[in-house]
Amino acid sequence: MADESKPQPQAPKHAIQTRGLNLWYGDFQALFDVDFDVRAGRVTGLIGPSGCGKSTLLRSINRIVERLGYVRTTGTIDVLGHDIFGANVELLQVRKQIGMVFQRPNPLPLSIRDNVLFGLRTHRDGDRKSRPSKEVEAQIVEESLRTVLLWDKVKDRLGEPAIRLSLEEQQKLCIARLLPVKPRVLLMDEPCSALDPDGTAAVEELIWSLKGDYTILIVTHNMAQARRATEECAFMLHGKLVEHTETAKMFVSPKNQSTADYIEGRYG
Amino acid sequence: MQHEDVRDFHWYVDKAMASLVFLGGISAIVFIIGIFLFITREGLGFITDGLDLREFFFDPAWRPTSDSNPTYGAFALIAGTASITGLAVLLSIPFSIGAAIYIAEFAQGRTREILKILIELLAAIPSVVWGFIGLSIMNPLIIDMFDVPVGLNILNAGVILALMAAPIMTTIAEDALKAVPDRYREAAEALGATRWQVTLKVVLPAAKHGLMAAVLLGVGRGFGETMAVLMASGHSINVPDSIFDSVRALTATIAAELGETAVGSEHYQALFTLGILLFAVTFIINLTADLVMRGIKRS
Repeated sequence: MADESKPQPQAPKHAIQTRGLNLWYGDFQALFDVDFDVRAGRVTGLIGPSGCGKSTLLRSINRIVERLGYVRTTGTIDVLGHDIFGANVELLQVRKQIGMVFQRPNPLPLSIRDNVLFGLRTHRDGDRKSRPSKEVEAQIVEESLRTVLLWDKVKDRLGEPAIRLSLEEQQKLCIARLLPVKPRVLLMDEPCSALDPDGTAAVEELIWSLKGDYTILIVTHNMAQARRATEECAFMLHGKLVEHTETAKMFVSPKNQSTADYIEGRYG
Repeated sequence: MQHEDVRDFHWYVDKAMASLVFLGGISAIVFIIGIFLFITREGLGFITDGLDLREFFFDPAWRPTSDSNPTYGAFALIAGTASITGLAVLLSIPFSIGAAIYIAEFAQGRTREILKILIELLAAIPSVVWGFIGLSIMNPLIIDMFDVPVGLNILNAGVILALMAAPIMTTIAEDALKAVPDRYREAAEALGATRWQVTLKVVLPAAKHGLMAAVLLGVGRGFGETMAVLMASGHSINVPDSIFDSVRALTATIAAELGETAVGSEHYQALFTLGILLFAVTFIINLTADLVMRGIKRS
Protein backbone atom coordinates (compact mmCIF):
# COMPACT_ATOMS: atom_id res chain seq x y z
CA MET A 1 0.00 0.00 0.00
CA ALA A 2 2.93 2.29 -0.58
CA ASP A 3 1.06 3.94 -3.46
CA GLU A 4 -1.58 5.40 -1.18
CA SER A 5 0.91 7.64 0.59
CA LYS A 6 1.47 9.54 -2.63
CA PRO A 7 -1.38 11.83 -3.69
CA GLN A 8 -2.61 10.62 -7.08
CA PRO A 9 -6.11 11.95 -7.55
CA GLN A 10 -6.14 11.57 -11.35
CA ALA A 11 -4.71 8.08 -11.49
CA PRO A 12 -6.72 5.61 -9.45
CA LYS A 13 -4.76 2.58 -8.44
CA HIS A 14 -7.25 0.23 -10.01
CA ALA A 15 -8.41 0.72 -13.57
CA ILE A 16 -11.08 -1.93 -13.29
CA GLN A 17 -12.95 -3.05 -10.19
CA THR A 18 -15.81 -5.49 -10.09
CA ARG A 19 -17.86 -6.21 -6.99
CA GLY A 20 -20.29 -9.07 -6.57
CA LEU A 21 -20.50 -9.53 -10.31
CA ASN A 22 -22.95 -12.23 -11.39
CA LEU A 23 -23.86 -12.88 -14.99
CA TRP A 24 -26.43 -15.15 -16.59
CA TYR A 25 -26.85 -16.25 -20.18
CA GLY A 26 -30.56 -16.97 -20.05
CA ASP A 27 -30.80 -19.51 -17.20
CA PHE A 28 -27.14 -20.40 -17.23
CA GLN A 29 -25.04 -18.57 -14.67
CA ALA A 30 -21.59 -17.88 -16.09
CA LEU A 31 -20.10 -15.62 -13.38
CA PHE A 32 -20.48 -16.02 -9.61
CA ASP A 33 -19.84 -13.14 -7.27
CA VAL A 34 -16.65 -11.97 -8.94
CA ASP A 35 -14.60 -9.37 -7.05
CA PHE A 36 -11.77 -8.45 -9.37
CA ASP A 37 -9.29 -5.56 -9.20
CA VAL A 38 -7.10 -4.77 -12.17
CA ARG A 39 -4.26 -2.42 -11.37
CA ALA A 40 -3.76 0.54 -13.63
CA GLY A 41 -0.89 0.41 -16.09
CA ARG A 42 -0.18 -3.26 -15.72
CA VAL A 43 -0.62 -6.32 -17.90
CA THR A 44 -2.98 -8.71 -16.19
CA GLY A 45 -3.69 -12.18 -17.51
CA LEU A 46 -6.93 -14.10 -17.10
CA ILE A 47 -6.40 -17.84 -17.19
CA GLY A 48 -8.51 -20.90 -16.64
CA PRO A 49 -9.97 -23.86 -18.49
CA SER A 50 -12.50 -23.48 -21.34
CA GLY A 51 -15.90 -22.34 -20.13
CA CYS A 52 -14.59 -20.99 -16.83
CA GLY A 53 -15.99 -17.52 -17.59
CA LYS A 54 -12.78 -15.66 -18.35
CA SER A 55 -13.97 -14.42 -21.74
CA THR A 56 -17.35 -13.58 -20.26
CA LEU A 57 -15.70 -11.50 -17.56
CA LEU A 58 -13.54 -9.73 -20.13
CA ARG A 59 -16.49 -9.06 -22.41
CA SER A 60 -18.64 -7.69 -19.62
CA ILE A 61 -16.12 -4.95 -18.88
CA ASN A 62 -17.04 -3.05 -22.05
CA ARG A 63 -20.56 -4.52 -21.98
CA ILE A 64 -20.06 -6.06 -25.44
CA VAL A 65 -21.39 -9.28 -23.90
CA GLU A 66 -24.85 -7.70 -23.91
CA ARG A 67 -25.00 -7.90 -27.71
CA LEU A 68 -26.36 -11.40 -27.24
CA GLY A 69 -29.58 -9.98 -25.85
CA TYR A 70 -30.33 -12.70 -23.26
CA VAL A 71 -27.68 -11.60 -20.80
CA ARG A 72 -28.49 -10.45 -17.26
CA THR A 73 -25.98 -8.96 -14.86
CA THR A 74 -25.96 -8.04 -11.17
CA GLY A 75 -23.18 -6.38 -9.18
CA THR A 76 -21.00 -3.48 -10.21
CA ILE A 77 -18.13 -2.84 -12.59
CA ASP A 78 -16.15 0.35 -12.12
CA VAL A 79 -13.83 1.39 -14.90
CA LEU A 80 -11.51 4.30 -14.04
CA GLY A 81 -13.76 5.14 -11.15
CA HIS A 82 -17.05 5.18 -13.07
CA ASP A 83 -19.78 2.60 -12.63
CA ILE A 84 -20.33 1.43 -16.22
CA PHE A 85 -23.90 0.39 -15.42
CA GLY A 86 -24.63 3.81 -13.93
CA ALA A 87 -27.64 5.66 -15.30
CA ASN A 88 -25.58 8.76 -16.08
CA VAL A 89 -22.82 6.89 -17.86
CA GLU A 90 -23.04 6.59 -21.59
CA LEU A 91 -22.16 3.23 -23.04
CA LEU A 92 -20.36 4.80 -25.98
CA GLN A 93 -18.15 6.84 -23.63
CA VAL A 94 -17.35 3.65 -21.76
CA ARG A 95 -16.32 1.96 -24.96
CA LYS A 96 -14.21 4.91 -25.95
CA GLN A 97 -12.19 4.39 -22.78
CA ILE A 98 -11.92 0.66 -23.30
CA GLY A 99 -10.44 -0.80 -26.46
CA MET A 100 -10.96 -4.43 -27.31
CA VAL A 101 -8.93 -6.90 -29.33
CA PHE A 102 -10.62 -10.13 -30.40
CA GLN A 103 -9.52 -13.69 -30.79
CA ARG A 104 -9.73 -13.65 -34.57
CA PRO A 105 -8.33 -10.47 -36.08
CA ASN A 106 -11.40 -8.56 -37.24
CA PRO A 107 -10.37 -5.56 -39.29
CA LEU A 108 -13.39 -3.83 -40.76
CA PRO A 109 -13.96 -4.28 -44.50
CA LEU A 110 -12.40 -0.89 -45.14
CA SER A 111 -8.98 0.37 -46.10
CA ILE A 112 -6.10 0.25 -43.67
CA ARG A 113 -6.36 4.00 -43.16
CA ASP A 114 -10.12 3.94 -42.57
CA ASN A 115 -9.72 1.14 -40.06
CA VAL A 116 -7.35 3.24 -38.00
CA LEU A 117 -9.62 6.27 -38.21
CA PHE A 118 -12.90 4.43 -37.66
CA GLY A 119 -13.12 4.93 -33.91
CA LEU A 120 -12.13 8.57 -34.17
CA ARG A 121 -14.72 9.27 -36.85
CA THR A 122 -17.36 7.40 -34.91
CA HIS A 123 -16.85 9.43 -31.79
CA ARG A 124 -16.90 12.83 -33.40
CA ASP A 125 -19.96 12.03 -35.51
CA GLY A 126 -22.47 14.87 -35.41
CA ASP A 127 -19.76 17.26 -34.30
CA ARG A 128 -18.50 18.54 -37.62
CA LYS A 129 -16.56 21.45 -36.25
CA SER A 130 -14.03 19.18 -34.61
CA ARG A 131 -13.35 17.38 -37.87
CA PRO A 132 -9.57 17.08 -38.10
CA SER A 133 -7.83 18.15 -41.28
CA LYS A 134 -6.31 15.67 -43.69
CA GLU A 135 -2.86 16.37 -42.30
CA VAL A 136 -3.95 15.73 -38.74
CA GLU A 137 -5.63 12.50 -39.78
CA ALA A 138 -2.53 11.39 -41.66
CA GLN A 139 -0.46 12.13 -38.58
CA ILE A 140 -2.79 10.13 -36.37
CA VAL A 141 -2.66 7.19 -38.76
CA GLU A 142 1.12 7.28 -38.84
CA GLU A 143 1.45 7.56 -35.06
CA SER A 144 -0.94 4.71 -34.41
CA LEU A 145 0.67 2.42 -36.95
CA ARG A 146 4.14 3.29 -35.67
CA THR A 147 3.10 2.39 -32.15
CA VAL A 148 2.13 -1.09 -33.29
CA LEU A 149 5.29 -1.43 -35.40
CA LEU A 150 3.32 -1.67 -38.62
CA TRP A 151 4.02 1.68 -40.24
CA ASP A 152 7.04 0.67 -42.33
CA LYS A 153 5.21 -2.30 -43.80
CA VAL A 154 2.02 -0.52 -44.81
CA LYS A 155 2.90 3.13 -45.30
CA ASP A 156 2.75 2.83 -49.08
CA ARG A 157 -0.58 1.04 -49.22
CA LEU A 158 -2.80 2.71 -46.67
CA GLY A 159 -5.66 2.73 -49.17
CA GLU A 160 -5.66 -1.03 -49.62
CA PRO A 161 -8.32 -3.19 -47.97
CA ALA A 162 -7.16 -4.27 -44.53
CA ILE A 163 -8.22 -7.85 -45.30
CA ARG A 164 -5.15 -8.24 -47.55
CA LEU A 165 -2.75 -8.02 -44.61
CA SER A 166 -1.40 -11.16 -42.98
CA LEU A 167 -3.15 -12.29 -39.80
CA GLU A 168 -0.38 -10.94 -37.62
CA GLU A 169 -0.53 -7.57 -39.38
CA GLN A 170 -4.31 -7.59 -39.13
CA GLN A 171 -4.13 -8.15 -35.40
CA LYS A 172 -1.62 -5.33 -35.04
CA LEU A 173 -3.94 -3.12 -37.07
CA CYS A 174 -6.79 -4.09 -34.75
CA ILE A 175 -4.69 -2.79 -31.87
CA ALA A 176 -3.63 0.30 -33.80
CA ARG A 177 -7.21 1.33 -34.51
CA LEU A 178 -7.95 1.47 -30.77
CA LEU A 179 -5.28 4.06 -30.10
CA PRO A 180 -6.58 7.24 -31.82
CA VAL A 181 -9.49 7.59 -29.37
CA LYS A 182 -6.99 7.35 -26.50
CA PRO A 183 -8.44 4.53 -24.42
CA ARG A 184 -7.05 3.86 -20.95
CA VAL A 185 -7.83 0.17 -20.89
CA LEU A 186 -7.20 -2.52 -23.51
CA LEU A 187 -9.10 -5.80 -23.31
CA MET A 188 -7.64 -8.67 -25.30
CA ASP A 189 -9.45 -11.93 -25.84
CA GLU A 190 -6.80 -14.51 -26.74
CA PRO A 191 -5.19 -12.06 -29.13
CA CYS A 192 -2.58 -14.50 -30.40
CA SER A 193 -4.56 -17.70 -30.76
CA ALA A 194 -5.01 -17.27 -34.52
CA LEU A 195 -1.35 -16.41 -35.11
CA ASP A 196 1.72 -18.50 -35.81
CA PRO A 197 4.66 -18.46 -33.36
CA ASP A 198 6.39 -15.52 -35.07
CA GLY A 199 3.18 -13.52 -35.13
CA THR A 200 2.54 -14.40 -31.51
CA ALA A 201 5.99 -13.23 -30.52
CA ALA A 202 5.53 -9.98 -32.44
CA VAL A 203 2.15 -9.23 -30.89
CA GLU A 204 3.36 -10.16 -27.40
CA GLU A 205 6.27 -7.81 -27.81
CA LEU A 206 3.83 -5.11 -28.87
CA ILE A 207 1.62 -5.73 -25.83
CA TRP A 208 4.64 -5.53 -23.58
CA SER A 209 5.62 -2.20 -25.12
CA LEU A 210 2.15 -0.79 -24.44
CA LYS A 211 2.09 -1.54 -20.73
CA GLY A 212 2.41 1.44 -18.51
CA ASP A 213 0.57 3.64 -20.97
CA TYR A 214 -2.41 1.31 -20.97
CA THR A 215 -4.01 -1.02 -18.52
CA ILE A 216 -4.09 -4.33 -20.34
CA LEU A 217 -6.24 -7.33 -19.50
CA ILE A 218 -5.53 -10.46 -21.55
CA VAL A 219 -7.48 -13.67 -21.67
CA THR A 220 -5.25 -16.52 -22.65
CA HIS A 221 -5.32 -20.26 -22.93
CA ASN A 222 -1.63 -20.46 -23.29
CA MET A 223 0.14 -20.97 -19.95
CA ALA A 224 3.54 -20.12 -21.37
CA GLN A 225 2.16 -16.89 -22.75
CA ALA A 226 0.54 -15.99 -19.44
CA ARG A 227 3.85 -16.61 -17.77
CA ARG A 228 6.03 -14.56 -20.09
CA ALA A 229 3.65 -11.77 -21.19
CA THR A 230 1.79 -10.76 -18.01
CA GLU A 231 2.70 -9.12 -14.74
CA GLU A 232 -0.28 -10.32 -12.77
CA CYS A 233 -2.46 -13.31 -13.27
CA ALA A 234 -5.99 -14.22 -12.26
CA PHE A 235 -7.17 -17.80 -12.30
CA MET A 236 -10.84 -18.57 -12.86
CA LEU A 237 -12.74 -21.81 -12.49
CA HIS A 238 -16.46 -22.54 -12.90
CA GLY A 239 -17.34 -18.87 -13.10
CA LYS A 240 -15.49 -17.92 -9.93
CA LEU A 241 -12.31 -15.96 -9.46
CA VAL A 242 -10.10 -18.37 -7.57
CA GLU A 243 -6.81 -16.60 -7.24
CA HIS A 244 -5.24 -13.32 -8.33
CA THR A 245 -1.63 -12.48 -7.70
CA GLU A 246 1.69 -11.56 -9.29
CA THR A 247 2.43 -13.80 -12.25
CA ALA A 248 5.78 -14.82 -10.84
CA LYS A 249 4.17 -15.86 -7.57
CA MET A 250 1.30 -17.69 -9.16
CA PHE A 251 3.48 -19.88 -11.31
CA VAL A 252 5.94 -20.65 -8.52
CA SER A 253 3.76 -20.98 -5.46
CA PRO A 254 0.05 -20.90 -6.16
CA LYS A 255 -2.05 -20.70 -3.01
CA ASN A 256 -5.00 -22.66 -4.24
CA GLN A 257 -4.81 -26.36 -5.04
CA SER A 258 -6.99 -26.06 -8.17
CA THR A 259 -4.75 -23.28 -9.48
CA ALA A 260 -1.70 -25.45 -8.93
CA ASP A 261 -3.35 -28.40 -10.67
CA TYR A 262 -4.36 -26.28 -13.65
CA ILE A 263 -0.98 -24.66 -14.03
CA GLU A 264 0.71 -28.01 -13.90
CA GLY A 265 -1.63 -29.31 -16.56
CA ARG A 266 -3.52 -31.89 -14.53
CA TYR A 267 -6.78 -30.74 -16.14
CA GLY A 268 -8.14 -28.07 -18.48
CA MET B 1 -9.63 -64.44 -61.67
CA GLN B 2 -13.31 -63.87 -61.23
CA HIS B 3 -14.73 -60.68 -59.80
CA GLU B 4 -17.65 -60.93 -57.49
CA ASP B 5 -20.81 -59.37 -58.89
CA VAL B 6 -21.62 -56.45 -56.58
CA ARG B 7 -24.80 -55.47 -58.39
CA ASP B 8 -27.40 -56.23 -55.79
CA PHE B 9 -30.71 -54.49 -55.27
CA HIS B 10 -29.19 -51.48 -53.48
CA TRP B 11 -26.70 -50.99 -56.29
CA TYR B 12 -29.54 -50.67 -58.82
CA VAL B 13 -31.53 -48.34 -56.55
CA ASP B 14 -28.46 -46.18 -56.12
CA LYS B 15 -27.82 -45.98 -59.88
CA ALA B 16 -31.48 -45.30 -60.62
CA MET B 17 -31.68 -42.52 -58.06
CA ALA B 18 -28.43 -40.99 -59.30
CA SER B 19 -29.75 -40.79 -62.86
CA LEU B 20 -33.10 -39.43 -61.65
CA VAL B 21 -31.44 -36.68 -59.66
CA PHE B 22 -29.19 -35.93 -62.62
CA LEU B 23 -32.25 -35.57 -64.86
CA GLY B 24 -33.83 -33.23 -62.33
CA GLY B 25 -30.64 -31.23 -62.24
CA ILE B 26 -30.30 -30.73 -65.98
CA SER B 27 -34.03 -30.28 -66.58
CA ALA B 28 -33.72 -26.56 -65.81
CA ILE B 29 -31.15 -26.20 -68.58
CA VAL B 30 -33.21 -28.31 -70.98
CA PHE B 31 -36.33 -26.28 -70.33
CA ILE B 32 -34.70 -22.90 -70.65
CA ILE B 33 -33.05 -23.87 -73.93
CA GLY B 34 -36.35 -25.35 -75.10
CA ILE B 35 -38.27 -22.19 -74.29
CA PHE B 36 -35.67 -20.04 -75.98
CA LEU B 37 -35.73 -22.20 -79.13
CA PHE B 38 -39.52 -22.13 -79.19
CA ILE B 39 -39.96 -18.38 -78.91
CA THR B 40 -37.10 -17.83 -81.34
CA ARG B 41 -38.65 -20.16 -83.91
CA GLU B 42 -42.05 -18.50 -83.60
CA GLY B 43 -40.60 -15.02 -83.86
CA LEU B 44 -37.85 -15.77 -86.35
CA GLY B 45 -39.96 -15.32 -89.48
CA PHE B 46 -40.65 -11.75 -88.52
CA ILE B 47 -37.09 -11.00 -87.50
CA THR B 48 -35.67 -12.21 -90.82
CA ASP B 49 -38.32 -10.76 -93.16
CA GLY B 50 -40.55 -8.07 -91.81
CA LEU B 51 -38.52 -6.58 -89.00
CA ASP B 52 -37.29 -3.10 -89.48
CA LEU B 53 -34.98 -2.61 -86.47
CA ARG B 54 -35.29 1.14 -86.64
CA GLU B 55 -39.04 0.97 -86.66
CA PHE B 56 -39.13 -1.69 -83.94
CA PHE B 57 -36.96 0.18 -81.46
CA PHE B 58 -37.73 3.82 -82.27
CA ASP B 59 -41.21 4.07 -83.72
CA PRO B 60 -43.92 4.60 -81.11
CA ALA B 61 -46.69 3.34 -83.43
CA TRP B 62 -47.73 -0.21 -82.60
CA ARG B 63 -50.53 -0.78 -85.17
CA PRO B 64 -50.41 -4.46 -85.94
CA THR B 65 -54.09 -4.68 -86.82
CA SER B 66 -54.12 -1.83 -89.33
CA ASP B 67 -55.45 -3.18 -92.66
CA SER B 68 -53.72 -0.75 -94.95
CA ASN B 69 -50.38 -0.25 -93.25
CA PRO B 70 -49.58 -2.33 -90.14
CA THR B 71 -46.61 -0.93 -88.21
CA TYR B 72 -44.68 -2.68 -85.43
CA GLY B 73 -42.99 0.08 -83.48
CA ALA B 74 -42.30 -1.14 -79.96
CA PHE B 75 -40.85 2.10 -78.68
CA ALA B 76 -43.99 3.12 -76.77
CA LEU B 77 -44.25 -0.35 -75.26
CA ILE B 78 -40.61 -0.34 -74.21
CA ALA B 79 -41.11 3.14 -72.75
CA GLY B 80 -44.20 1.90 -70.93
CA THR B 81 -42.44 -1.07 -69.40
CA ALA B 82 -39.36 0.97 -68.55
CA SER B 83 -41.32 3.80 -66.91
CA ILE B 84 -43.46 1.48 -64.80
CA THR B 85 -40.51 -0.67 -63.76
CA GLY B 86 -38.37 2.37 -63.10
CA LEU B 87 -40.96 4.00 -60.87
CA ALA B 88 -41.63 0.69 -59.12
CA VAL B 89 -37.96 0.17 -58.33
CA LEU B 90 -37.54 3.76 -57.15
CA LEU B 91 -40.49 3.36 -54.79
CA SER B 92 -39.49 -0.10 -53.73
CA ILE B 93 -35.81 0.47 -52.90
CA PRO B 94 -36.28 2.57 -49.75
CA PHE B 95 -39.01 0.30 -48.39
CA SER B 96 -37.28 -2.99 -49.18
CA ILE B 97 -33.82 -1.96 -48.09
CA GLY B 98 -35.30 -0.31 -45.00
CA ALA B 99 -37.30 -3.42 -44.16
CA ALA B 100 -34.26 -5.60 -44.75
CA ILE B 101 -32.12 -3.43 -42.47
CA TYR B 102 -34.78 -3.52 -39.76
CA ILE B 103 -35.19 -7.28 -39.96
CA ALA B 104 -31.51 -8.14 -40.24
CA GLU B 105 -30.00 -5.56 -37.88
CA PHE B 106 -32.58 -4.31 -35.42
CA ALA B 107 -35.57 -6.63 -34.99
CA GLN B 108 -35.27 -9.31 -32.35
CA GLY B 109 -36.70 -12.77 -31.85
CA ARG B 110 -40.39 -13.02 -32.51
CA THR B 111 -40.80 -9.65 -34.26
CA ARG B 112 -38.21 -10.72 -36.78
CA GLU B 113 -39.83 -14.10 -37.44
CA ILE B 114 -43.31 -12.62 -37.81
CA LEU B 115 -42.08 -9.95 -40.19
CA LYS B 116 -40.29 -12.48 -42.35
CA ILE B 117 -43.42 -14.62 -42.59
CA LEU B 118 -45.57 -11.60 -43.46
CA ILE B 119 -43.18 -10.49 -46.18
CA GLU B 120 -43.16 -13.95 -47.68
CA LEU B 121 -46.94 -13.89 -47.54
CA LEU B 122 -46.88 -10.65 -49.50
CA ALA B 123 -44.98 -12.49 -52.23
CA ALA B 124 -47.70 -15.15 -52.37
CA ILE B 125 -50.53 -12.81 -53.37
CA PRO B 126 -51.58 -13.66 -56.95
CA SER B 127 -50.80 -10.92 -59.43
CA VAL B 128 -54.41 -10.71 -60.60
CA VAL B 129 -55.35 -9.70 -57.06
CA TRP B 130 -52.78 -6.93 -57.20
CA GLY B 131 -54.25 -5.87 -60.53
CA PHE B 132 -57.66 -5.87 -58.96
CA ILE B 133 -56.42 -3.61 -56.16
CA GLY B 134 -54.97 -1.29 -58.80
CA LEU B 135 -58.19 -1.21 -60.70
CA SER B 136 -60.69 -0.83 -57.89
CA ILE B 137 -58.81 0.89 -55.04
CA MET B 138 -55.83 2.76 -56.47
CA ASN B 139 -57.70 4.06 -59.51
CA PRO B 140 -60.34 6.16 -57.66
CA LEU B 141 -57.75 7.09 -55.05
CA ILE B 142 -55.39 8.56 -57.64
CA ILE B 143 -58.25 10.40 -59.40
CA ASP B 144 -59.26 11.89 -56.06
CA MET B 145 -55.85 12.76 -54.72
CA PHE B 146 -54.25 14.23 -57.81
CA ASP B 147 -57.33 15.45 -59.63
CA VAL B 148 -56.51 13.64 -62.86
CA PRO B 149 -59.07 12.20 -65.31
CA VAL B 150 -57.70 8.65 -65.35
CA GLY B 151 -56.28 6.73 -62.42
CA LEU B 152 -54.97 3.83 -64.46
CA ASN B 153 -51.48 5.09 -65.25
CA ILE B 154 -47.78 4.77 -64.56
CA LEU B 155 -48.22 5.85 -60.94
CA ASN B 156 -50.85 3.21 -60.31
CA ALA B 157 -48.96 0.38 -61.99
CA GLY B 158 -45.69 1.56 -60.47
CA VAL B 159 -47.06 1.49 -56.92
CA ILE B 160 -48.64 -1.93 -57.44
CA LEU B 161 -45.45 -3.27 -58.97
CA ALA B 162 -43.37 -1.77 -56.16
CA LEU B 163 -45.48 -3.69 -53.66
CA MET B 164 -45.04 -6.84 -55.71
CA ALA B 165 -41.28 -6.46 -56.10
CA ALA B 166 -40.71 -5.48 -52.46
CA PRO B 167 -40.85 -8.99 -50.96
CA ILE B 168 -38.19 -10.47 -53.24
CA MET B 169 -35.99 -7.41 -52.85
CA THR B 170 -36.40 -7.46 -49.08
CA THR B 171 -35.62 -11.15 -48.83
CA ILE B 172 -32.50 -10.97 -51.00
CA ALA B 173 -31.31 -7.77 -49.31
CA GLU B 174 -31.82 -9.33 -45.90
CA ASP B 175 -29.76 -12.35 -46.95
CA ALA B 176 -27.03 -9.99 -48.13
CA LEU B 177 -27.00 -8.18 -44.77
CA LYS B 178 -27.01 -11.43 -42.85
CA ALA B 179 -24.03 -12.63 -44.87
CA VAL B 180 -21.92 -9.82 -43.39
CA PRO B 181 -19.84 -11.57 -40.72
CA ASP B 182 -20.90 -10.71 -37.20
CA ARG B 183 -17.33 -10.01 -36.14
CA TYR B 184 -17.46 -6.79 -38.18
CA ARG B 185 -20.42 -5.60 -36.14
CA GLU B 186 -18.77 -6.69 -32.93
CA ALA B 187 -15.56 -4.89 -33.83
CA ALA B 188 -17.37 -1.68 -34.70
CA GLU B 189 -19.56 -1.80 -31.60
CA ALA B 190 -16.54 -2.38 -29.40
CA LEU B 191 -15.02 0.74 -30.97
CA GLY B 192 -18.00 2.63 -29.65
CA ALA B 193 -20.19 2.81 -32.76
CA THR B 194 -23.95 2.93 -32.30
CA ARG B 195 -26.13 0.33 -34.01
CA TRP B 196 -26.97 2.86 -36.70
CA GLN B 197 -23.34 3.77 -37.27
CA VAL B 198 -22.48 0.09 -37.50
CA THR B 199 -25.20 -0.41 -40.09
CA LEU B 200 -24.37 2.66 -42.12
CA LYS B 201 -20.59 2.54 -42.07
CA VAL B 202 -19.83 -1.15 -41.89
CA VAL B 203 -22.73 -3.43 -42.77
CA LEU B 204 -24.19 -1.59 -45.76
CA PRO B 205 -20.83 -1.05 -47.53
CA ALA B 206 -19.90 -4.68 -46.90
CA ALA B 207 -23.23 -5.86 -48.32
CA LYS B 208 -23.37 -3.50 -51.29
CA HIS B 209 -23.03 -6.20 -53.94
CA GLY B 210 -25.82 -8.25 -52.44
CA LEU B 211 -28.01 -5.17 -52.17
CA MET B 212 -27.35 -4.40 -55.81
CA ALA B 213 -28.34 -7.93 -56.73
CA ALA B 214 -31.54 -7.48 -54.72
CA VAL B 215 -32.40 -4.34 -56.67
CA LEU B 216 -31.60 -6.04 -59.98
CA LEU B 217 -33.83 -8.98 -59.17
CA GLY B 218 -36.56 -6.51 -58.27
CA VAL B 219 -36.09 -4.91 -61.68
CA GLY B 220 -36.31 -8.33 -63.31
CA ARG B 221 -39.47 -9.07 -61.39
CA GLY B 222 -41.04 -5.80 -62.51
CA PHE B 223 -40.00 -6.28 -66.10
CA GLY B 224 -41.68 -9.62 -66.41
CA GLU B 225 -44.88 -8.88 -64.50
CA THR B 226 -47.93 -9.01 -66.76
CA MET B 227 -51.37 -9.26 -65.27
CA ALA B 228 -51.17 -6.57 -62.60
CA VAL B 229 -49.52 -4.19 -65.05
CA LEU B 230 -52.12 -4.91 -67.70
CA MET B 231 -54.90 -4.07 -65.26
CA ALA B 232 -53.37 -1.05 -63.58
CA SER B 233 -51.50 0.76 -66.35
CA GLY B 234 -54.43 1.82 -68.54
CA HIS B 235 -53.10 -0.25 -71.43
CA SER B 236 -52.98 2.56 -73.95
CA ILE B 237 -50.11 2.95 -76.39
CA ASN B 238 -48.41 6.11 -75.41
CA VAL B 239 -44.94 7.54 -74.92
CA PRO B 240 -45.46 9.05 -71.47
CA ASP B 241 -44.34 12.45 -70.32
CA SER B 242 -45.73 12.31 -66.80
CA ILE B 243 -46.49 9.60 -64.27
CA PHE B 244 -50.20 10.33 -64.77
CA ASP B 245 -50.12 9.08 -68.38
CA SER B 246 -51.54 5.71 -69.24
CA VAL B 247 -49.05 3.39 -70.89
CA ARG B 248 -48.87 -0.12 -72.19
CA ALA B 249 -46.25 -2.66 -71.21
CA LEU B 250 -44.50 -5.23 -73.43
CA THR B 251 -45.80 -8.11 -71.37
CA ALA B 252 -49.36 -6.80 -71.31
CA THR B 253 -49.31 -6.39 -75.08
CA ILE B 254 -48.42 -10.04 -75.60
CA ALA B 255 -51.00 -11.21 -73.08
CA ALA B 256 -53.78 -9.10 -74.54
CA GLU B 257 -53.10 -9.68 -78.23
CA LEU B 258 -51.75 -13.18 -78.64
CA GLY B 259 -55.15 -14.83 -78.37
CA GLU B 260 -56.54 -12.63 -81.14
CA THR B 261 -53.95 -13.32 -83.81
CA ALA B 262 -53.75 -16.05 -86.39
CA VAL B 263 -50.95 -18.49 -85.62
CA GLY B 264 -47.99 -17.80 -87.90
CA SER B 265 -49.22 -14.39 -89.06
CA GLU B 266 -46.95 -11.40 -89.07
CA HIS B 267 -48.67 -9.97 -85.99
CA TYR B 268 -48.24 -13.31 -84.19
CA GLN B 269 -44.56 -13.36 -85.04
CA ALA B 270 -44.12 -9.75 -84.00
CA LEU B 271 -45.53 -10.59 -80.56
CA PHE B 272 -42.99 -13.37 -80.26
CA THR B 273 -40.29 -10.89 -81.14
CA LEU B 274 -41.43 -8.84 -78.14
CA GLY B 275 -41.14 -12.09 -76.21
CA ILE B 276 -37.54 -12.54 -77.34
CA LEU B 277 -36.76 -8.99 -76.25
CA LEU B 278 -38.29 -9.59 -72.80
CA PHE B 279 -36.54 -12.90 -72.46
CA ALA B 280 -33.18 -11.41 -73.41
CA VAL B 281 -33.52 -8.47 -71.02
CA THR B 282 -34.69 -10.51 -68.00
CA PHE B 283 -32.00 -13.09 -68.75
CA ILE B 284 -29.30 -10.42 -68.73
CA ILE B 285 -30.67 -8.83 -65.55
CA ASN B 286 -30.81 -12.13 -63.70
CA LEU B 287 -27.41 -13.18 -64.96
CA THR B 288 -25.90 -9.88 -63.82
CA ALA B 289 -27.53 -10.22 -60.40
CA ASP B 290 -26.18 -13.74 -60.12
CA LEU B 291 -22.66 -12.74 -61.14
CA VAL B 292 -22.72 -9.83 -58.71
CA MET B 293 -23.72 -12.16 -55.89
CA ARG B 294 -21.13 -14.76 -56.83
CA GLY B 295 -18.58 -11.97 -56.82
CA ILE B 296 -19.16 -11.34 -53.12
CA LYS B 297 -19.04 -15.00 -52.20
CA ARG B 298 -15.63 -15.34 -53.75
CA SER B 299 -14.09 -12.35 -52.03
